[in-house]
Amino acid sequence: MNYIVPQSELKIVGTSPVRPDGVDKVTGRATFGADMALAGMIWGKVKRSPHAHARIVSIDTSKAMALAGVKAVVTAADFPEIPNEEAFVGEGPMNFRDLSRNCMARDKALYEGHAVAAVAASTQAIAEQAVDLIEVTYEVLPHVIDVEAAMAPDAPVLHPDMFTAGIEPKPTRPSNIAKRVSFAKGDVDAGFAEAEVIVEGRYTTQPVHQAYIEPHACVAQVATDGQAQIYSSTQGQFMVRAYSAKILGWEIANLRSFPLEIGGGFGGKTVVYLEPLALKLAQKSGRPVKMMMTREDVFRASGPTSGAVIEVKIGAKRDGAIVAAREVLKYQAGAFAGSPIGPGCMCGLAMYDIPNVDVVGYDVVSNRPKVAAYRAPGAPITSFAVESAMDDLARKLAIDPLALREMNGVRDGSKTHYGVTHKDIGFLPVLEAARNHPHWKAPLKPGQGRGVACGFWFNIGGESSGAVHVNEDGSVSVVSGNPDIGGSRASMAMMAAEVLGIPVEQVRPIVGDTASIGFSFLTGGSRVTFATGMAVTQAAERVVEQLKTRAAQIWEIPAEAVEWKDGKAWPAGLNAGAFEPLSLAQIALKAGRTGGPISSEVSLNAQGAGAGFGCHICDVEVDAETGQVKILRYTAVQDVGKAIHRAYVEGQIQGGAAQGIGWALNEEYIYDTKGRMENAGFLDYRVPVASDLPLIEAVIVEVPNPRHPFGVRGVGEVPIVPPMAAVANAIRSATGLRMPDLPMSPPKICAALDAAAGAKAA
Amino acid sequence: MSKHHVTTTINGEAVEFLCETQETLLDVLRNTLNLTGSKEGCASGDCGACSVIADGTLVCSCLMLGVEAEGRSITTVEGIADGEKLHPIQQKFLEHAALQCGFCTPGFIVAAKALLDANPNPTEEEARYWLAGNLCRCTGYDKIIRAVMDAAAELRGEARAA
Repeated sequence: MNYIVPQSELKIVGTSPVRPDGVDKVTGRATFGADMALAGMIWGKVKRSPHAHARIVSIDTSKAMALAGVKAVVTAADFPEIPNEEAFVGEGPMNFRDLSRNCMARDKALYEGHAVAAVAASTQAIAEQAVDLIEVTYEVLPHVIDVEAAMAPDAPVLHPDMFTAGIEPKPTRPSNIAKRVSFAKGDVDAGFAEAEVIVEGRYTTQPVHQAYIEPHACVAQVATDGQAQIYSSTQGQFMVRAYSAKILGWEIANLRSFPLEIGGGFGGKTVVYLEPLALKLAQKSGRPVKMMMTREDVFRASGPTSGAVIEVKIGAKRDGAIVAAREVLKYQAGAFAGSPIGPGCMCGLAMYDIPNVDVVGYDVVSNRPKVAAYRAPGAPITSFAVESAMDDLARKLAIDPLALREMNGVRDGSKTHYGVTHKDIGFLPVLEAARNHPHWKAPLKPGQGRGVACGFWFNIGGESSGAVHVNEDGSVSVVSGNPDIGGSRASMAMMAAEVLGIPVEQVRPIVGDTASIGFSFLTGGSRVTFATGMAVTQAAERVVEQLKTRAAQIWEIPAEAVEWKDGKAWPAGLNAGAFEPLSLAQIALKAGRTGGPISSEVSLNAQGAGAGFGCHICDVEVDAETGQVKILRYTAVQDVGKAIHRAYVEGQIQGGAAQGIGWALNEEYIYDTKGRMENAGFLDYRVPVASDLPLIEAVIVEVPNPRHPFGVRGVGEVPIVPPMAAVANAIRSATGLRMPDLPMSPPKICAALDAAAGAKAA
Repeated sequence: MSKHHVTTTINGEAVEFLCETQETLLDVLRNTLNLTGSKEGCASGDCGACSVIADGTLVCSCLMLGVEAEGRSITTVEGIADGEKLHPIQQKFLEHAALQCGFCTPGFIVAAKALLDANPNPTEEEARYWLAGNLCRCTGYDKIIRAVMDAAAELRGEARAA
């Protein structure tokens, strides 16, 4: 069925009820990763490499094992060697050999913080002592941190078997360039020859951490018959099960994975770090094992997203029509291949209809933690460069920056340089909403500047399961296989309640473990409300069919003569007979006598995720003395297809914008000369705090996605794409400075202001 | 070395516990007393997820030793609601959708309680600076600030703030 109807015809979808898991979360009752405890539980702790790059000569665990209270020690020798096996999971490639070696170093430690051993002991203090007693002999190797340094011919090579893929013929020497990718459309040289105005620039971004406030944590237990349970804070219980089983060489059916509440993920909890180690320690010790990362561990050994170097060149006719664009992107992958270079090559220029495009990207390893997905992986980086260049182009052409985007923006039928043709998209309505917003026309005071920038993300669908169970008393349980990071329980319950025609309070949404619901791909890619929502909607529809059949049975009329409205079965028309309507609760009460339990589970592979577009407007003021940038006003416009829970849609948009502002202004990794991170804590790795930000206005545009029953598009990823350029363009407007390097922190702003003043004086 | 015997008051109830010298109040709350509402986000006093009120002062329980609880009165997130009845701050967090993942929420609720105890009529800027010690990575703070300002208005007995 299709519920893409005016809001006035919807009772629940499109409103903002209190979330069903809310009370647990404001009272401290919710069980997050580190809150789990099992009887007889002991504590696991990881020994990490102090070196950025080192050969592991030997590991002596005898002193640690001899310490009273130590129950088990594991190293790479306890895990099977996994062959080189690539799988494409969700938003990016995953190589299980690399994943295994990222969880536990084998032969070489590839970054500071890389796990080399793990212990389990009766107390945390003993576990920490035991970690210190493990003796690792290293042969320290030269290391490389910077992306372009890692690409240099004389750079220390991390993986002697890495030969750049995507180059013909195959290179003869190994290098740190895992892969070269390219996309082309038209004839870019001819396009630039035709161009009357050209802008170009070289931009750099820093790796930034997802910086979820909850560090990774899990509890594992393994019985002697091999039956195991893992409780963890994760974006995907099925992912934890699959990856852990793979790394351990276990059968999937022997492992049951329970998702606990997740204290933020943003992509960073789409892989495993601790889970396989905890399971192995639990197996060896025969005791439940709890493991938690410290904040330092989180920074040194998990996430972040890539830092990058991006060169961009755009050419246009004098009237503003863009005729050519070229982009070269170099993305850091961390210690193993797999940066989001693919989406990086696609997203930046996906918003504009350009006849001639040439994009080349490189996936580059260096001695940093392996990157993990982070909100719209790859897109914010490329868009920082492209949207900054678009601002320069608008200035050079003396065209309003929104008008330039309106003129060149993609619409239905526009073909991208990566081959996909846009369909049912809402970019132009987003630009129109931005133009009509009072913010766009509000006057600025002297010294203030306004910037605008746009963002795109594909959004994804994928495999999802959802079940709807009618309980004996007429209440309803909705089970999904996706951890609820930002309110998805609420949206699942709302869609089910809308279809069933009952109050949302009558529906209890539950996130099931891997034995309680069919397979579901992890929570990520802005897919859950779309794909899992589709499964839940279909399951609810099947329940409605069953309810109608049961009512027909009770009334002894054909099922076609029953209709479902407002949560009740009604006789359809006069010919059906005169019966009092039967409520869901009345039918549920008689379920035992009319055919048994009423429930349905739907598993599907959702296709047709609708792409999302956003446009952000940012006002800033720059303190010339301190170099501090103050965000004065921020408006984020986005096409969400259909907002199921309005307030949580706004929250996703506001949160993504805030993360982008942190990426723009403050966040970066600082390394010493030995390749050790110097700011592995929230004091020195500075995420935005409440006093850094103004109220962020989220403006919801709804161009329905026809391939979802309610018209949903993913929401969570797009809002982190525009902020870096929106802030940079606002700084440009306020100061005249084009800031090509992130973060635009006070020292950089001061240096740029000084340089500009020096240039003026000279 | 033997453990210390500590006598204290937590959420209005007399509590005794044993702890090591170096154990933080946060570890005691979470691991000894099973009060896991206070969260560990950093263990360095930078994120505020472990916020508690000790004798009227807002503190990070990760920066306070368990033994320092001796003779004090500690309020944790578990002590904010009055039995089944949510505190207005908690209620407003729900109504304003001021939480997404919910991990930082206990710390914010406790910090907001301390703010409104000290300053029942804060400006938005005062609220933002008071809560600057609590990190939230999900919301961008917008709805948290709205919830706190609305709770303040309700506690003052005013009509719902705009």
